[in-house]
Amino acid sequence: MMKDPALFTYCMRLADDSAILSQRLGEWCGHASHLEEDIALTNVALDLIGHARELYTYAGQIEGKGRDEDALCFHRVEREFTNLLLVEQPNDDFAYAIMRQFLFSAFMHPFWEAMMNSKDELLAGLAAKAEKEAAYHLRHSAEWVIRLGDGTEESHNRTNDALEFLWMYTGEMFECDDVVSSLVAKEVAIDPMSIKHLWDETVNSVLARANLERPAESWMQTGGRKGEHSEHLGHILSPMQYLQRSFPQAQW
Amino acid sequence: MAVAAKILRTELDQKAWDAVRNVPDPEVPVLTIEDLGVLRDVHVSEDGVVAVTITPTYTGCPAMSMFAFDIEAALLNAGFEKVEVKTVLTPAWTTDWLSEKAREKLRAYGIAPPNGRASRRALFGEEQVRCPKCNSANTSRISEFGSTACKALYRCNDCSEPFDYFKCI
Repeated sequence: MMKDPALFTYCMRLADDSAILSQRLGEWCGHASHLEEDIALTNVALDLIGHARELYTYAGQIEGKGRDEDALCFHRVEREFTNLLLVEQPNDDFAYAIMRQFLFSAFMHPFWEAMMNSKDELLAGLAAKAEKEAAYHLRHSAEWVIRLGDGTEESHNRTNDALEFLWMYTGEMFECDDVVSSLVAKEVAIDPMSIKHLWDETVNSVLARANLERPAESWMQTGGRKGEHSEHLGHILSPMQYLQRSFPQAQW
Repeated sequence: MAVAAKILRTELDQKAWDAVRNVPDPEVPVLTIEDLGVLRDVHVSEDGVVAVTITPTYTGCPAMSMFAFDIEAALLNAGFEKVEVKTVLTPAWTTDWLSEKAREKLRAYGIAPPNGRASRRALFGEEQVRCPKCNSANTSRISEFGSTACKALYRCNDCSEPFDYFKCI
């Protein structure tokens, strides 16, 4: 019997968010608009891989079945992944990748900041590092949102399309099910609604500077935390898991 | 010397510390793990196992496995036989741990050292970064991320030198 199934689930969600988004960002390697941006996006990906590794390793210890970070990241199928739908949305266009990063980082920065007070030692320790890293991710993506939104007609329209397309995936960040609320009660997790006002503040001020209009509140897509994904996740996992699937336990 | 997180309990601990303190950063070879504050603790147990504790600058820092490898090699060369390298995240590494000497070494190497203290940042806080070549403050940021996660890319508007800035975290 697992010691703390809720904590396992919680860590796996966070790990999957980081792993899937880092894989998406890694797809820009060699393809970004210019060399500096290529390096920036892969550096953000690297930070996220760091977070995912810590979280998968910790989740594996909580589970106690001998699964390590590789087993958890590379030997699970699509329906077992519990990442936010937002992070698996395709790159399509640079504006989409930047807007996805901005909407996510505007949440993750205050999230890690609050998590520094977690009663869970590993989560609090990781949060103290991740908060500093997320501050740069947020600044980088926010500056791009402003540059693109307040740029040419073309860049404005494409950034606006990205915002409108991705908006329905932002509701999931603030969901609080039994897993989260049981850990909030133990002061291990944080209630995402408690940082909603910080997310709103960042999003509103950056969108205003970018001449972009915040979409009206409407229906929000959900399912990622239950393993119900968009059609994109399987296509992310195929290249991501190929090596470990072909050569299980392969080591560098 | 970088921040003293260590309590060197015995002469043997000191000997082991001295054996590993000069392991260089593979990305910034003018800095050692001691300069950086990455080296946190060295302790030789009674059965002769050297336990070395290091902390990453960034969570995903790919240099960590290189550090572990070099630390092990340095200790084996110094005559120790069993080495265990452990990575911890707490307390979180900060650029505040870089000594004045380390900052000077960075500057001489062409990397602008972190500016000020790692206190709270405003989202678009302006950082005044001086060119490590001509010391001009008239510089502009090219990219938030440079050749590694711990650096940003800048350019000097006076002498035209492009340079890395060691970000303040």
